[in-house]
Amino acid sequence: MTDASSATAPQFFVSEEDHPDNGVMLGFWLYLMSDCLIFACLFACYAVYGQSYAAGPSGADLFNLPLIAVSTAALLLSSITYGFAVLEMLHQRKDAVLKWLAVTGCLGLAFLGLELYEFAHMVGEGAGPDRSAFLSSFFALVGTHGLHVTFGIVWLVVLMVQVNKFGLTGDNQRRLACLSMFWHFLDLVWIGVFSFVYLIGSMQ
Amino acid sequence: MSSSSDGRAGGHHDESVFVHGTEQGPADLPHATRKGYITGFVLSVILTIVPFWLVIGDVSLNKFAIVMLILGFGVVQIFVHVVYFLHMNSQSEQGWNLMAFLFTLILVTIALAGSIWIMFNMNLNMMPMSPLYSEEARAAMPELPLQPQGERKH
Repeated sequence: MTDASSATAPQFFVSEEDHPDNGVMLGFWLYLMSDCLIFACLFACYAVYGQSYAAGPSGADLFNLPLIAVSTAALLLSSITYGFAVLEMLHQRKDAVLKWLAVTGCLGLAFLGLELYEFAHMVGEGAGPDRSAFLSSFFALVGTHGLHVTFGIVWLVVLMVQVNKFGLTGDNQRRLACLSMFWHFLDLVWIGVFSFVYLIGSMQ
Repeated sequence: MSSSSDGRAGGHHDESVFVHGTEQGPADLPHATRKGYITGFVLSVILTIVPFWLVIGDVSLNKFAIVMLILGFGVVQIFVHVVYFLHMNSQSEQGWNLMAFLFTLILVTIALAGSIWIMFNMNLNMMPMSPLYSEEARAAMPELPLQPQGERKH
């Protein structure tokens, strides 16, 4: 790597591409925005098909709101615990970061467990994704969110191993910041899911 | 932003600019403060509990008002998350992530509002052919209109 400032001969062109100050974070933000469009399409699908019950069960018959309230609480709590991990990271306290990441992961797993329980219960009642257009769009939307949370947890575990092994290096801090955005974004999508799908759906 | 003249002009600052961004700490994270996270969390808790209470508790409001309130609280909470948890403001990433966010917001609005609008009109126009008019569907949804409400177009 040649340092441009130490070069004696004048340079009339830039040998490397110009990188913005903090390109990774902006790039990851753009990824999140494209993910947002995926969810917008799934929400639009649900909005269109959400009332097509095919004489099958409706949201009011299926949704267990206290269960949804508990999983919402788990996801919201996991957001703030991840925030605490980020704050500890800024103070370079590795053990505290790992502790808060572990708490976040456990809350994420609790959310996933509740969601899988709900799905299994619905399929067991004969209300699987093959029952009606409403249920197809429901499982597509909520299932996609659940898959995002699953991969978020995988990423979290990988980062915990990385931080444990290599410490809070610049690279690991950047990765933790990206996962922070991803994790908060999933909580943001869940706001749409519980408002639009569960709360309004159980009033139909 | 990435034109060669910009890069040329900034060439003598190379010592202070992290060219690949790999050795730097995440530059937008100093915005993260304990106070900010706590504020966002408390606001989110309030904005979550109220809509759940509107539905689970027996609130004497008409259905339309409750739906609008739920959607309103949802939108406000999304903005709370974006500001307090995702730390987006007009300064972060030289304003580019605000631009991307606004652009996405426009696309999401078009996708959602457009789909609902078009498919609602189409359902109205297609109703007489629809299996929704089967006996069991009518029994399940007594509020279904007997005739399409919209204008028929041929």
